[in-house]
Amino acid sequence: MLHLILFSIFGLICVAGAVNLLVQRHPINSALSLVVVMGSLAGEYLLLGAEFVAAIQVIVYAGAIMVLFIFVIMLLNAGEEERTKGSRVAMLIGIPGMLIGSVLLAWVLIGHSDTGAVAAGALPGPPKTIGWLLFHDYLLPFEITSVLVLIAIVGAVVLAARPESAKGTREV
Amino acid sequence: MVRNENTLSVTAFIVISVIKIVIAIAVLLTAVAYTVWLERKVVGHIQNRWGPTRVGPFGLLQPIADGLKFIFKEDLTPPHVYKPLYIAAPMIALIFALTSISVIPVGNWVTVDGVSTPLQITDVNIGLLIILGVTSLGVYGVALAGWSSNSKYSLLGGLRASAQMVSYEIALGLSLIGVLITAGSFSLRDIVDAQGGTFWGFIPRWNIFQGQIVAFFIYLTAAYAETNRVPFDLPEAETELVAGYHTEYSAMKFAMFFMAEYANMITVACLASLLFLGGWHGPLFGPPILQAVLPVFWFVLRVFVFLFIYIWVRGTLPRFRYDQLMAFGWKYLLPLATANLVITALVVALRS
Repeated sequence: MLHLILFSIFGLICVAGAVNLLVQRHPINSALSLVVVMGSLAGEYLLLGAEFVAAIQVIVYAGAIMVLFIFVIMLLNAGEEERTKGSRVAMLIGIPGMLIGSVLLAWVLIGHSDTGAVAAGALPGPPKTIGWLLFHDYLLPFEITSVLVLIAIVGAVVLAARPESAKGTREV
Repeated sequence: MVRNENTLSVTAFIVISVIKIVIAIAVLLTAVAYTVWLERKVVGHIQNRWGPTRVGPFGLLQPIADGLKFIFKEDLTPPHVYKPLYIAAPMIALIFALTSISVIPVGNWVTVDGVSTPLQITDVNIGLLIILGVTSLGVYGVALAGWSSNSKYSLLGGLRASAQMVSYEIALGLSLIGVLITAGSFSLRDIVDAQGGTFWGFIPRWNIFQGQIVAFFIYLTAAYAETNRVPFDLPEAETELVAGYHTEYSAMKFAMFFMAEYANMITVACLASLLFLGGWHGPLFGPPILQAVLPVFWFVLRVFVFLFIYIWVRGTLPRFRYDQLMAFGWKYLLPLATANLVITALVVALRS
């Protein structure tokens, strides 16, 4: 019972944060709403018995990636977003579309809830099991993903590096 | 009959938890206040001064006087700040600084009136990860304070803090993995229990004697950077940035940043003693009551030594330049931590 109540509370916070993310017009407020979404997702993982994933969610997403987002927003001193005609049209079509989409999704999920449902804690949660799955059963996908991340890092370095022609003319 | 926590009724569990939380917070805040006193006293003596002497014997009542001053000072809010975040930032910093104490164990189990409970608010199997997560959220307090103050000095301080904390967090995390591999658990209690006993009867089985000595120094360095302390206190470098991210704060809001910084220092000192120096293990002797108190005493002694080293370093080392700080973190500390991790993993794999 307590489980269900907590699950609903975290779910509500998560959805509220996501809505606030879209409604807020200042990038910092939006980024902070995203932090709230990440945090409440971590709470949901915890309630599902996936404590390791929950902790990693907080450390990596809320603690590192979102800090970088905020860092960039602060560095660029991004101002408030401006509403244009295009954004009004997007809102007129987007909000009803999103509502219909989520109702459809919920309807389908509720209709099939008996087939794929698992009890809380039935899926692997402790660090040891996760580690075994990651480095034994799914080693190849894991390694491929890390190579992909490496490619992204190299790409970022190439894009950010000073062009070859500008070298030597370093301004002080 | 001795019952452990799992068999208690819900009310008893809540009552015990609340008692433990109240004690932990009270002790932590007192420790924070007296760490400030210790710092002023020790740095004073290092610089051939007396430090606080006027309020009470040896200036021992100085923290109370400071607290009263902070409470009664005018709480200025500059007109140009972004108010919601300006007010929230010190709270965020303090809340996350105090939260991390909840999983830190300070001693063995105690049994009072037939109810047995660990000397720790709660023992969770991902304790170390929780501390890492909570401290990594603490950076929001500093970053948002810098941004919402709408002042150049504050903004630069906040930027420096967030970049520095994200960079050094990686080295810090990697240095801890060596310990985790040797202990085989994320629970701080299990890690301490794995360090009981001795080699050949006289060298304690602490993790720094189990080959984690390099990791220990990496952890200490990275933790100094994480807590924005000298020689890594660039976010509040007073010669360049006035006071850094808390330039625009006054009275209790400023005090909250101050408390958060010292609470973080204490958490770092606790973690260092738990992970590398065997936690509360130490010689036990005397009557039963002394045997119950001694582990806590050994633990507090280690924490005190770490806090003293913190202050000693502050009185000794000059501040890094910002590019030196980044180069040191990424080019030396991170590769060293990775090498330590690989060697530890190899040794453990070959032994098993």
